[in-house]
Amino acid sequence: MSNDWPLYEVFIRSRSGLEHKHVGSLHAADTAMALEHARDVYTRRQEGVSIWVVRSTDIVASDPAEADALFEPARDKVYRHPTFYAIPEEVKNL
Amino acid sequence: MYTQGLDSLGKECLHTSASETASLEERFQAKVDADDKIEPKDWMPDAYRQTLIRQISQHAHSEIVGMLPEGNWISRAPSLRRKAVLIAKVQDEGGHGMYLYSAAETLGISRDQMLEQLLAGTAKYSSIFNYPTLTWADIGAIGWLVDGAAIMNQVPICRCSYGPYARAMVRICKEESFHQRQGFEIMLALARGTPEQKAMAQDALNRWWWPSIMMFGPSDGDSKHTAQSMRWKIKRFTNDELRQKFIDVTAPQAEFLGLRIPDPELKWNEATQHYDFGSIDWSEFQAVLKGNGPCNRERMQARRNAHEDGRWVRDAAAAYAAKQKSRAASQAA
Repeated sequence: MSNDWPLYEVFIRSRSGLEHKHVGSLHAADTAMALEHARDVYTRRQEGVSIWVVRSTDIVASDPAEADALFEPARDKVYRHPTFYAIPEEVKNL
Repeated sequence: MYTQGLDSLGKECLHTSASETASLEERFQAKVDADDKIEPKDWMPDAYRQTLIRQISQHAHSEIVGMLPEGNWISRAPSLRRKAVLIAKVQDEGGHGMYLYSAAETLGISRDQMLEQLLAGTAKYSSIFNYPTLTWADIGAIGWLVDGAAIMNQVPICRCSYGPYARAMVRICKEESFHQRQGFEIMLALARGTPEQKAMAQDALNRWWWPSIMMFGPSDGDSKHTAQSMRWKIKRFTNDELRQKFIDVTAPQAEFLGLRIPDPELKWNEATQHYDFGSIDWSEFQAVLKGNGPCNRERMQARRNAHEDGRWVRDAAAAYAAKQKSRAASQAA
């Protein structure tokens, strides 16, 4: 029993105008089968209008153990947020 | 879900010292205590990983084996509407198995391994599916009671500390609600039908009641995993708490149906604001668990046959995929 089909990650766009969102994974022999399986497994109740499938091995992920170092540069840059700036109350539309 | 990435991570973990492990464990527990989610590539204690693999794969197997008792009635459903509903429900169970296998795979076990464990009989699945579905009313009782008990068990798991399991449970719980309602509707139709139909509904309730309330597992005093699982927030309520909740909501539903729950000691207790109920025959539970329920062998045989009979389809699909791939490669060359 060693012929495990490759693993695919499934992303669904729930309706037009929204982004594709990761919903889970599945096994399939090829991409066409992956799309069919994704339809049967993840959209039995009209949950989507579009499906992406991606081989799991093709996903490059950041390492959660390195998250502090990776995201540290943004931490002390509060001036990137509008609330950082004090504007007198009389000034409107800003 | 990034299963492969986990393998390499596991090798690195072998080199951590005991003091490092202790501090990792401390940080892990702090995260769980703060109601943060644990995700596949996060560090986690090995026992946490193993507990989840065991629980999620058992849960997945239960969904797959659970298709059998109900599939038994698809060809004999009493109307086209009932047949369409039952097919949709059984297909959902298959889908739930798939969500759960995919969640378990994020912990580093392969689907092949899990399937192998199921077919070899070394993995467990819910004992409830080792009971036979003798009449159409059993399909009603399963939806109402078995899916009802499953929902009671599963809703708190939507808040489980392990992200992929929690997300799978959210999808499952959304879908289970239809399962329970269609079951109750079947029971209602029978209970309001001819005396023979009502008797059929009562007989199904008689046979499914006790196995259903055993689905919550052994009493808290005898449940060896509960304390640790609650500390890890894999579990949010104890077996006995969930069982009591289930009985409290189900007893009035039986009353509405005009059916009698087969427990002479079942009685509303004004002081505790709960139903009192009779003692459970755990020897039956243990016997079914050990493989001696009415249908254990039949269920396993059906799964093995399905796996063997489907082999040529899997082989053909793999051969076709390989051929397409080599064709594309030679065209590109």
